Amino acid sequence: MTWLTWRQFRVPALSVFAGLVVIGVVLGITGPELVGRTDFSDQDVVYGGTILVMYLLPAVVGVFWGVPLVARELESGTHSLVWNQTVTRRRWLGTKLGVGVLAAMLAAGLLSLAVTWWASPIDAMANQATDRGMLNRMSPVVFAARGIVPIGNAAFAFVLGVAVGIVLRRTVAAMAVTLVVLAAVLLAMPLLARPYVLPALDDNIAFTDSNIVGIRGNDKGVIESVRVREPAGAWVLTNETIDPSGNAVSPLPDFVEGCVPQPGRNVPPPPSGSVGGCMAQLGEHGYRQHVAYQPGYRFWPLQWIELAIFLALSTLLTWFSFRRLRHLS
Amino acid sequence: MTVLDAQGLGKRYKRMWALTGCTLEIEPGHVTGLVGPNGAGKSTLLNIASGMLEPTTGTIEVCGGVPGSGPAQLAKVGYVAQSAPVYSGLSVEDHLRLGARLNPGWDDELAHRRIERIGLNPKQHAGKLSGGQRAQLALTLGIAKRPELLLLDEPVAALDPLARREFLQDLMAAVAEHGVSVVLSSHLVADLERVCDQLIVLVDSQVRIAGDVEDLLATHHRLTGPRRDVDSLPGDQHVISAHHTDRQTTVVVRTEAPILDPVWTVAGLTLEDVVLEYMSNPATARPALEVLR
Repeated sequence: MTWLTWRQFRVPALSVFAGLVVIGVVLGITGPELVGRTDFSDQDVVYGGTILVMYLLPAVVGVFWGVPLVARELESGTHSLVWNQTVTRRRWLGTKLGVGVLAAMLAAGLLSLAVTWWASPIDAMANQATDRGMLNRMSPVVFAARGIVPIGNAAFAFVLGVAVGIVLRRTVAAMAVTLVVLAAVLLAMPLLARPYVLPALDDNIAFTDSNIVGIRGNDKGVIESVRVREPAGAWVLTNETIDPSGNAVSPLPDFVEGCVPQPGRNVPPPPSGSVGGCMAQLGEHGYRQHVAYQPGYRFWPLQWIELAIFLALSTLLTWFSFRRLRHLS
Repeated sequence: MTVLDAQGLGKRYKRMWALTGCTLEIEPGHVTGLVGPNGAGKSTLLNIASGMLEPTTGTIEVCGGVPGSGPAQLAKVGYVAQSAPVYSGLSVEDHLRLGARLNPGWDDELAHRRIERIGLNPKQHAGKLSGGQRAQLALTLGIAKRPELLLLDEPVAALDPLARREFLQDLMAAVAEHGVSVVLSSHLVADLERVCDQLIVLVDSQVRIAGDVEDLLATHHRLTGPRRDVDSLPGDQHVISAHHTDRQTTVVVRTEAPILDPVWTVAGLTLEDVVLEYMSNPATARPALEVLR
């Protein structure tokens, strides 16, 4: 059965691995130049490309590896040929899933290793930043493109493709559904799961002269929100002003409106450099800034948890596929 | 000892029954034809026997085991589906390699000899084969696996008359050589007449009659005589069909006993006539279920 699986799987598998080799060569050439630099602005394209590739890989694995391996057989009827050799359906599916999942995890692991290594100087610098100028490795988009989470993504995508193929039995339809479901899961993970798997840390920060890094207002001079300096290397979930009773406030009370220049009104602009001090009077009225965040040192615990979640989802889909398999004809 | 033993077998798809109350016993060493109109349940029966489908009701035992229950069972039963599926991306040679890898009892020499005799190019991709060649390749996989029972669903449907005859001759040669039992379905009696010694007629998802071909021919008669009521026939004469004109009555009956009534003109029926009588008269008063001997 391994022979047949390999015979069917080798073209898509080798195509993807050939692509990985090309990516590896590009990263291997450009990577050493990044060490010791502090300005990476000329690397925007490659950096963006690495992120894109990390998300493209699970999609390719699910759509072009997972779906055809099973759905094409069911669609063309060859399953009735192979199931009537001396091979049980369970062994047929088990071999396909085993080979495919291992290949998917290997491909994702290698790619993630290369990208994580290539981007390590950039990540290290982003890790020091306390504003939102650079995306650190805890930020939602980068997080799933580093470390071991991509391995879980790829395994899940493959099993998803197989399961959808078993349900729909039509290759093209299964490809489309796999893509949509995979995108939904990859989107739901940072939005609905990752912030909550470990309880976020909460800081109530007093305003000082220097910790306000952003003020947002509208053209009527109303200040809608301010942001304070954030912990370095963290994924900040909320950065909001709370009143003495702990409720979030927006817009801010009107006694700070005079702190910022107001082009629309005939009010003399406040002296430059005094904005911080002016805003600090929020503290005198009991206002604080509430910052909830996942600190940078949780990168690996969160990676392991997310890998475990994806592997658990894959196991669930595997169980479902074997269950459905018994009643296929 | 039977190769196929079905008791009250039924299969329901959503709300429609594709097979109901099917009771059959097939002895080893026979070539059994399964005949019936389109949608009569022939494929369903073969699919259940091969383990591709699970029956909704009843039980079935094939070569002493539950169909599709494990590798040992799968090794005993060969099945070629109606569409004769092959992997279009794999060459003929690859298919033989597939058979060798997936079947412990694989007869590689037999497979290669067959491919050579049929004239298939081992290097050719299966997707480029003609319908007849595909059917031959699928049959080769089924035979070279050396099963005890070979189930063929409409094996000649895609073939032209010449290829049809060659395919069936070839099948007969294989049967004679390896002593395998065969059940094959067709909606054309002419195909089955040449190769089958047993016949099962399926109509409206039920077994209408099953038996030895010779017996079927010997026990069915067409009686023609002056007009009379068919209820006045002796009790051992099962009426399959009856036609009346103003003065004449024609009945087709099945009976073991000789026809003694001198008013009848007795004529025999061809196998095709017998099958057509059962197909076109699905609702007879007396059920004509019989077990194969």
